[in-house]
Amino acid sequence: MALHISSAPPISAFHHLLCFFFHDTYPEMEYASSLQRQLASMKKNLFDQGYLDEQFYQLEELQDESSPNFVEEVVTLFFRDSSRLVANIDQALQKYPQDFRRLDNFMHQLKGSASSIGAAKMKNECTSFREFCNKENREGCLRSFQKVKKEHAVLKQKLENYFQLLRQDGPVDKATRSGN
Amino acid sequence: MGNPLPSSRAAEAFPAGLRVLIVDDDPTWLKILEKMLRKCSYQVTTCSLATDALHILRERKARFDIVISDVNMPDMDGFKLLEHVGLEMDLPVIMMSIDGETSRVMKGVQHGACDYLLKPVRMKELRNIWQHVYRKKMQELKEVETHSIDEVINILRNGSEDIEDRHLIDETEMSSMRKRKDVDNKEFVDQELNDPSTVKKARVVWSVDLHQKFVNAVDQIGFDKVGPKKILDLMSVPGLTRENVASHLQKYRLYLSRLQKQNGGTCGGNMQSDHINKTIKGKFGLKSSTNVQQDWELTKYACTTENFQTHGIVANAAHVSEMNRVAPAQVIASKKALVNDAQLGLFLSFKGMLPSIREKACKPLHDERPVMQLMQYPEQENYSVLEGYSCLANPDRDHEPCFDHFPSSQPLITSATCTNGKDMKDLYEMKPLQPAMPPMACTIDSVSIQVKHGLVNLQDTGAICKLEGSPSIEDCYLDETCNQGCFPLTYEVSLKSKSDSDSMLEDLHLYSVQKLSYLENVSCTGTEIYQYIDSVPITEVQRINLCEDSEPSGEYLYDPVDYSIDEYLFS
Repeated sequence: MALHISSAPPISAFHHLLCFFFHDTYPEMEYASSLQRQLASMKKNLFDQGYLDEQFYQLEELQDESSPNFVEEVVTLFFRDSSRLVANIDQALQKYPQDFRRLDNFMHQLKGSASSIGAAKMKNECTSFREFCNKENREGCLRSFQKVKKEHAVLKQKLENYFQLLRQDGPVDKATRSGN
Repeated sequence: MGNPLPSSRAAEAFPAGLRVLIVDDDPTWLKILEKMLRKCSYQVTTCSLATDALHILRERKARFDIVISDVNMPDMDGFKLLEHVGLEMDLPVIMMSIDGETSRVMKGVQHGACDYLLKPVRMKELRNIWQHVYRKKMQELKEVETHSIDEVINILRNGSEDIEDRHLIDETEMSSMRKRKDVDNKEFVDQELNDPSTVKKARVVWSVDLHQKFVNAVDQIGFDKVGPKKILDLMSVPGLTRENVASHLQKYRLYLSRLQKQNGGTCGGNMQSDHINKTIKGKFGLKSSTNVQQDWELTKYACTTENFQTHGIVANAAHVSEMNRVAPAQVIASKKALVNDAQLGLFLSFKGMLPSIREKACKPLHDERPVMQLMQYPEQENYSVLEGYSCLANPDRDHEPCFDHFPSSQPLITSATCTNGKDMKDLYEMKPLQPAMPPMACTIDSVSIQVKHGLVNLQDTGAICKLEGSPSIEDCYLDETCNQGCFPLTYEVSLKSKSDSDSMLEDLHLYSVQKLSYLENVSCTGTEIYQYIDSVPITEVQRINLCEDSEPSGEYLYDPVDYSIDEYLFS
């Protein structure tokens, strides 16, 4: 097994361990930097666990030389806008708890937004919230909304980590990729 | 695109450079779609508000080939935008939504969308949108090919304008005419004839002289009877197309409405009405131009109720509201609805005009003032305007107080009615209204006068208010079509108790606010109206229908305008 000491600053001490582990499990990654492998596995997890769906790949395909950070920009934009929407819904649930139509409208927007980056779990929670709205089930709405918020927060954190790694990998990657 | 024509050279370049306008309130999607379209080598313009989009489409010299819009937007329903674009610019519109329910998709198709995409949208779907543009051009070209140039010109100029001209067009033309909403088709063909290498529409410069000719023609015809074709004929300017005149007329109306606003509302609504009408037309699936006009009229009325406020017809509503009739409320409410959507320039005037209405739509009007709103007439400036443009008292002014205070009330109506002094009487007699409001009568008079334009034919039901000469008429087009008895916009004015009216107003208000459709607030009972109006709005309207009065006939014909007027009359 080769410990690839990539020229990129080590992300953590244990990335060596990662290399060790992953070398056997993902032999194809042998020539990728550990960082890249880490990134790949993170991404794979996000997909496997249903946080992200196909749409995310679409975003990656859109990234090119003219917009090299496209995916990250879009994701950032999404979280900024969706946080605002979540706050609106929160407020609406308190101020107009019986106004299911309004709640549904907000959630429809949020769902549409979530679909833009492929936030699958969040989108599903949005759908179930809307179902509660249709049935005018206030309790159900409240519960469901908590889940929506949770999925939103979890995905946000995961993607932040992912992009942080990606940024580390980025500049170095071009220089070292072939070397790895 | 500069050369959309399907020449072999053009075909190669096509679809690169396709000029796309995207409208979506979601910034994330907007960014993604823009990127996707750019990758398809299309020229992209983004917009997050429907009203901005309409503004861009109307104002920009640069043309667009296709519009992609989301269905749910805060300032305007995507379907409304769809109608507007189809009506005014005749561009293919693609709708998008996360919601793929059959009913929604159906609605999109009904409103004229050429495609309906589900989010998340894939790039491969966007890559193919050029087919809609291409298809449209093919259809247009086919029409050119099937007829000789002279024939086409003839058809274009005369064809779908009036019913009587219809015979000039053969069935194919007519159907293709119907397909397009006229104007663009003609434009296209004209352009095609002039310059086959491009389908760009020729731009007419409205010089002072030309405009003067235009105004003279309009005055000569009579504002309430004016139509693009008639104006075109009168002007007899070679090279000028009906479409040029139509768009100029629209602008002119807007201008007048703005003036009216400034002057306290003399004519304001015409332009708006136009838009509204147009919208309505689109809504109902325009048929032949004639039909459209008819529809328009109907819708206009529908709108009018909403517009009433601005056009004076609304005033009726206002009056009605005063009378505590629901009708006015409806109108107001609808106005609101209109206003809501009317971020568009069209409605702007309304908005401006009836700010009060919006807020106070539900306010019951004072009895003595009911007519006030319409009553702008007293100033007679309205009246004159009316003549030209059948501008209804500018509601905004009057409406401001929301019917609450009718400006100086005097029964403006009386003044306005001057034209229809007798109408009023007739009206008055028609219904055994509570005599009470003489001023109302007056107003109604004025109202009726205005309303008259369109369609209001008083009916036996008694409370019928004959509205003649729709005030804003152009807007109401009703007069054109209605007079033919398309829809007897008669409505009964039932006097309701104040409290009833108030609550109704409220209801209406709510309804209107919630619904952006024009007709929503209009309660139309007339069957004729149904024929012309999309059933959807009518049902909506029905909800708001006030009638509950114990009025004699208790029939409320739909015509929002009428309704309001009746209300007043009988209140």
